[in-house]
Amino acid sequence: MPKRIVASIQHIGHRVIESIWRLGRATRFFILVLLKSGTSLRRFGLVIRELYFTGVLSLIIIVVSGLFVGMVLGLQGYETLQKYGSESAVGTLVALSLVRELGPVVAALLFASRAGSAITAEIGLMKATEQLAAMGLMAVDPIARVVAPRFWSGVISMPFLAAMFSVMGVFGGYLVTVVFIGVDEGSFWSQMQSAVDFRFDILNGFIKSCFFGVAVTAIAVFEGYDAPPTAEGVSGATTRTVVTSSLVILGLDFILTAFMFRGVS
Amino acid sequence: MPPDTLIEAKSLGFSYDTRPILKGVDMTMSRGKVIAIMGGSGSGKTTLLRLISGEIQPTSGYVKFAGEVVHELNRDALFKLRRKMGMLFQFGALFTDLSVFDNVAFQMREHTNLPESMIRDLVLMKLHAVGLRGAHHLMPNQLSGGMARRVALARSIALDPMLIMYDEPFTGLDPISLSVIGNLIRRLTDTLGITSIVVTHDVQESLKIVDYVYFIADGVIAAQGTPKEVRDSVAPFVHQFVHGEEDGPVPFHYPAQAYKKDLNLEDTFA
Repeated sequence: MPKRIVASIQHIGHRVIESIWRLGRATRFFILVLLKSGTSLRRFGLVIRELYFTGVLSLIIIVVSGLFVGMVLGLQGYETLQKYGSESAVGTLVALSLVRELGPVVAALLFASRAGSAITAEIGLMKATEQLAAMGLMAVDPIARVVAPRFWSGVISMPFLAAMFSVMGVFGGYLVTVVFIGVDEGSFWSQMQSAVDFRFDILNGFIKSCFFGVAVTAIAVFEGYDAPPTAEGVSGATTRTVVTSSLVILGLDFILTAFMFRGVS
Repeated sequence: MPPDTLIEAKSLGFSYDTRPILKGVDMTMSRGKVIAIMGGSGSGKTTLLRLISGEIQPTSGYVKFAGEVVHELNRDALFKLRRKMGMLFQFGALFTDLSVFDNVAFQMREHTNLPESMIRDLVLMKLHAVGLRGAHHLMPNQLSGGMARRVALARSIALDPMLIMYDEPFTGLDPISLSVIGNLIRRLTDTLGITSIVVTHDVQESLKIVDYVYFIADGVIAAQGTPKEVRDSVAPFVHQFVHGEEDGPVPFHYPAQAYKKDLNLEDTFA
């Protein structure tokens, strides 16, 4: 019995030490990516090429999801608000929910599963098929040439995708409440306009999405670069990207919300 | 180091964790020659290439390339040195998101300021040398295994290196592709005046094209010589390897306890 207890404590210890090592490796890698970002800035064409894959190709899922989330918000908001005769405030409800929370968070979750997983799989497969080693032997640094452009493309595209998500969400809410249900269009827009604050709501939502962009893409590139060069290794890394990113997004969201909206009515 | 020596390894040792892979290898490689490195799987052949390119650091000894000790160079000097080397990976390692043309042009665009028109001409010349000028517009996934390796070969000679290292260039090729790659290695070495190191298992194909052979076994040079000396060798290891014999110094059976004991027959026949 004591042997089994010792073994399980040892197992936990190993897992903890391994996790700390991994965190250390990830931090070191993140700093390396930042230090080697000069090439990406000098040859911005490399980043623009990746922007197409991470940003433009993620647009369809962001647009469609934003539309549906906005429609559901509008419907649920109307159902509740009309009991109190405040259905004209539904525009405020939809806009604030999207701009402050759902826009950045859901867009980041979708981005992690669409673009983050693709970045991990691509870098992991490049490693498994020795493309990164070949690049190193051609005296071209793979972190500067492959990883950094992908990292910056994710960081740049995330706020735009979150903004797109919010815009489509507001449009979805408008469609359901104003066009289909018949809420007064004037009060829908005017209440939204007076309630949504640029500094507290829009700017804070933008800052959140920037944080999420850095977190998701940093996790995605690290998992890809650190993946064991086998089929199982790459598939495991892709899964870890989505799981870790999702947890980090939700955790970061709580922390950022606590700081940003303290004392805001 | 004599002037015609390009690479010199002295007491070269390397261990993964505590497991020794190479235990004191000495070798010299002359300019303009094709040198084969042979040995069983896991004998440290690829490790030797990685030591020459400075990808890993030796645990003892050194490798000198063109007079410079590779592991003593800093990162910039090492990258500068690597521009004088080309490497052909086992399955080509072509960049899958770039076309054949862009793969060959990669190093020229990264390391030179040549105008695009000149890069175009140079790429087509390199591709012509491997017989694939007409395939410049294809993507790597549209190439056969042999074609991918020829494109990788064109890519590795893009900046006219002094040395090309081939890691198992013959693996998984049909007989035609196999002899095409073999002849290309010989022809490129002779016409460009470069040095080629071929890590291979393929004894018959490689003995046709190489000038000198090193055999690695148990982390040391077990035998060496010209192809003729190797073919005529009576050394048990070389004989077994060259003739593909099942049993010999490299045993057929993995070490195990007595067969009868494993089958619990000792008591029955006792």
